[in-house]
Amino acid sequence: MTDLMGLLQQASINGILAMGMMFVVISGGIDLSVGAIVAFTGVIAASLAHPGQHALIVAILAPVLAGGLVGMFNGISVARGGIPAFMVTLASMLMVRGAALSLGHGAPVLNLSQGFRAVSGGVLGPGVPCLVLYFAAVTAISAVLLRLTVFGRRVYATGGNAVAAAVSGIGVPGIRIAVYTLSGLLAGFAGVLLASRTLSGSPSAGEGYELNAIAAVLLGGVSLHGGVGTWYGTLLAALLIAVLGHGLDRLNVPPSCHLVLLGLIIYLAVRIDGKGKGPGR
Amino acid sequence: MNPYLLEMRGISKRYRQGPVLHGVDLAVGRGEVHALVGANGAGKSTLMKILMGMTARDAGEIRIAGRPVRFRGPGEALRGGIAMIHQELNPVLDLEVAENVFLGRELRRSALGGMGGLGALGRLGPLSFIDRGAMRRACAVWFQRLAIDLSPTALMRNLSSAQRQLVEIVKAVSRSARIVVMDEPTSAIPGREVAVLFERIAVLRAQGVSVIFISHRLEEVFWIADRISVLRDGALVASDAAAAFDRDTLVRHMVGQEPRTVLPKAVVPIGRVLLEVKGLSWGRRVRKVDFSLRSGEILGLAGLVGAGRSETVETLFGLHRASAGEVWIQGVRRTIRSPKAAIRHRIALVTEDRQLTGLNLLGTVAENLAVATLGRCASFGFSRRAREHGLAESCVRRLGLQALSRNALVSSLSAGDQQKVVLAKWLLTDPAIVIFDEPTRGLDGNARRDIHLLIGELVRQGKAVLLISSELPELMGLADRILVMAGGRLTGEIPRERFSQAQIMALASPFTEVAHD
Repeated sequence: MTDLMGLLQQASINGILAMGMMFVVISGGIDLSVGAIVAFTGVIAASLAHPGQHALIVAILAPVLAGGLVGMFNGISVARGGIPAFMVTLASMLMVRGAALSLGHGAPVLNLSQGFRAVSGGVLGPGVPCLVLYFAAVTAISAVLLRLTVFGRRVYATGGNAVAAAVSGIGVPGIRIAVYTLSGLLAGFAGVLLASRTLSGSPSAGEGYELNAIAAVLLGGVSLHGGVGTWYGTLLAALLIAVLGHGLDRLNVPPSCHLVLLGLIIYLAVRIDGKGKGPGR
Repeated sequence: MNPYLLEMRGISKRYRQGPVLHGVDLAVGRGEVHALVGANGAGKSTLMKILMGMTARDAGEIRIAGRPVRFRGPGEALRGGIAMIHQELNPVLDLEVAENVFLGRELRRSALGGMGGLGALGRLGPLSFIDRGAMRRACAVWFQRLAIDLSPTALMRNLSSAQRQLVEIVKAVSRSARIVVMDEPTSAIPGREVAVLFERIAVLRAQGVSVIFISHRLEEVFWIADRISVLRDGALVASDAAAAFDRDTLVRHMVGQEPRTVLPKAVVPIGRVLLEVKGLSWGRRVRKVDFSLRSGEILGLAGLVGAGRSETVETLFGLHRASAGEVWIQGVRRTIRSPKAAIRHRIALVTEDRQLTGLNLLGTVAENLAVATLGRCASFGFSRRAREHGLAESCVRRLGLQALSRNALVSSLSAGDQQKVVLAKWLLTDPAIVIFDEPTRGLDGNARRDIHLLIGELVRQGKAVLLISSELPELMGLADRILVMAGGRLTGEIPRERFSQAQIMALASPFTEVAHD
C-alpha cells in the first residue's frame, strides 16, 4: 500500500503537467515552457514562503497565477500573433528559465515555513499523500472539462480542423488562449508542489519536465497533430512511466538506462499506434 | 500482339464493411482514352488504388503489355509505367515548373567531372549539384512535344489549376509512364480551361499513351473518351466504345434506374428583403459589391474561378474583415466580424471545400453535426449529447442520413454523405439565409439531386439562398436571378426569364482593366 502510494506520489507532478499538456496537444499545439514554469513558480513560491512572512495562501496562489500568466502569453502569441506554438513556447521557456535564475540569484531559495512544507508532505486519512490527492483532483477536473463541457468539445474541434471550427462559429483564438493558460496554471501548481516537496525553490528544477509531459500525452494516444486523445489514456501513460521508473529502480537498473528504456517504449508505442491510422495510408 | 496495354481481370476487394469490388474486368488499349464512370462509392477509386498498389487486392490479376504485375505502391507502379494524377494535386508551390517536373530525380551537374578531384562531386548523391539549366531544357523539350505553352522557369504558385495539371502530366510522361490515370482532373478547373487540358490529352493519345479518365461530368466523358466503362456497386455493368452510349443510357447504367434528369424549379412566393449588402469590399479581392436577397429567393452567383465569389460570401460571413461596406439584415444594420456573429444573425455558409473548411475529418458524424450548435444545446457550459442527438434527428432523416452510425468517422463516408453532414450541421443552426459555395462539386447524380431538392425545400420554408456554382446548368436550373462577378466586381444581373449561358459567360470574362493587377 505504501509502495503504491509512493509510486503515485512519483507520478503526481508529471501527471499534473501531462493533464495540462493534453489540452494543448489535442487543440493542435505544444507547450515546451512548462518545465521552466515549474522552476519559475517554485522560486516565487519559495520566496513567498519564508516563515512568518506571508499568509500561506499567497505563497500558493501567486505562483499559480504567475504560471497562468505565462501560459496566457503563450496562448495569445499563438492565437493572435500567428506564431507557431513550438517557437512561442521555446522562446518563453528560455525567458521564464532566465527569470527563475535571476529571481533566485542562481541559487535555490531555502528556509521554507512549516505550513508550506505541509502542502505536499501531508497525508490524508488512511495513508493517502496529499500529492496523490491533488493529482486525482486535477485528473478529475480535466476529465470533466474535456469530456463533458462545451469547452472540451471545442478543443477537439479546433485540433481536428481549426479552419472548419472557425467557420462553424467557434472562437478558435479563445480556445487556444484557454488551453495554454490552463497548461500554465497547472505548471504553476506543479511548481508549488515541487518546491514544497523538495523544501526549496530551485531555478534549475523541472529541467526536461516538458518532455516527460509530452511523452505521457503521446504515449497515452493523443495525436501530435491534434484532434484525438483521451484523459484516461494520458492518465494511464503517466502512471505507466512512473511504474516503469519505480520498477527499474527496484531491479537495480541504473538511472541512465531508465531514459533509454523510456525512450524506446515511447518510440515503439507511437510506432505501433501510427501503423494503423497514420494519415495517407 | 496483345491489343491491350493494361488488363485487369476479376479484381475483387472486400473491406470490413463488405465487398467493394466483385470480379471487375477492365481492359485499356494502347493510345486509348478510357473513361471510368460511376456513382460515388461504385468502386472507381478502390479499383485505381489497387492498380497503383496503394491497396492490396483479394483476387484477380493485372497485366501490363501481357506481363502480370503486382505493385506495392505508386513508386513501383510508376517504374512499371503507370502514373496517377490525383484529384487534389500537391505540387511544391515555391519551386519552378522544371523543378517540379524533375522532383525527386533532379538532373545532376557533370560539368565538374573535368575538373580533376572535383569529379568526385558527381557521385555525392543527394549532395551533388543540381543542373537547373539541363532540367529547364529537358522540360522545354517535353512541353514542345506535347504542345504545351508554358515556361519551365515559371513559379508553380503563379500557375492556374489547369496549368498545374499539365505540369503533372508532363511529370508523369517524362518518367515514361505509358498509362496515366486522371482522377477528376477537371473538378478544380474553370470551364474554359478544360479545353486546354483536353487538347493535351489528345496529344498524349496520339503518342500512344493511354489515359484512364475518371469524371462525373458526362459531357466531358463524351467529349474526350474513346471507350467508357461503367462501375456500379462494385461491379462492371458496361464497357464499350464511347459512340455506343448516349447520355441517357450512360446515366441509366450508372444509377441502375430511370434518372430524373431535369428538376423542376420550386415555385415559391418571393417575400421581404432579408439581406442587403451595400458596397461590400475586402481589399482588392472584393470591390463594392451590392445586392439584396429576399425570403423565398434563390440568388445565383456566377463567375470564373478567381472572380471573387467565394471571397465575397466569406467577407459577408465574417471570415475576412471587410474594408468597406454595409450589411443590413432584416432591415437592421449589422457588423459581422466573425462567423460566430454571422451565425447569431442566422446566416449559414456551406463552404466550397468540405474537407478543408467544412469538416473535422478526425471527428465522428455526431461531433461534426453538433459543432456549430454546441453552445445552444448546452446547459451551464456542460454539453448535452442527448439533446444534440435529438435536435439532429429530424435533420438527419430529411437528408437521408439515418442509416449512418453517428459514431462513424466522417472520413469514412462517401463524398455525398460528407456534404450532407455539412449541410445538416448548418441546418441545425436554424439559418434564415443559407449561402452555398459549390455545394455539388465532386458529387454523383443522386447526391446532387438530393442537394437540389434540399435547396428547393429551404426556400419553400421562406429562407433565402445565395448559391455559388461553376456549373451553369445547375445555376440556371435553380436560381431566380443570377449575379455575375469578374475581377472582384459585380458585372451584371440577369433575371430568370433572360438566363443564357452566352450572356453569363460574356459578363464573367474579366475586363482588361482588372487583368493587370
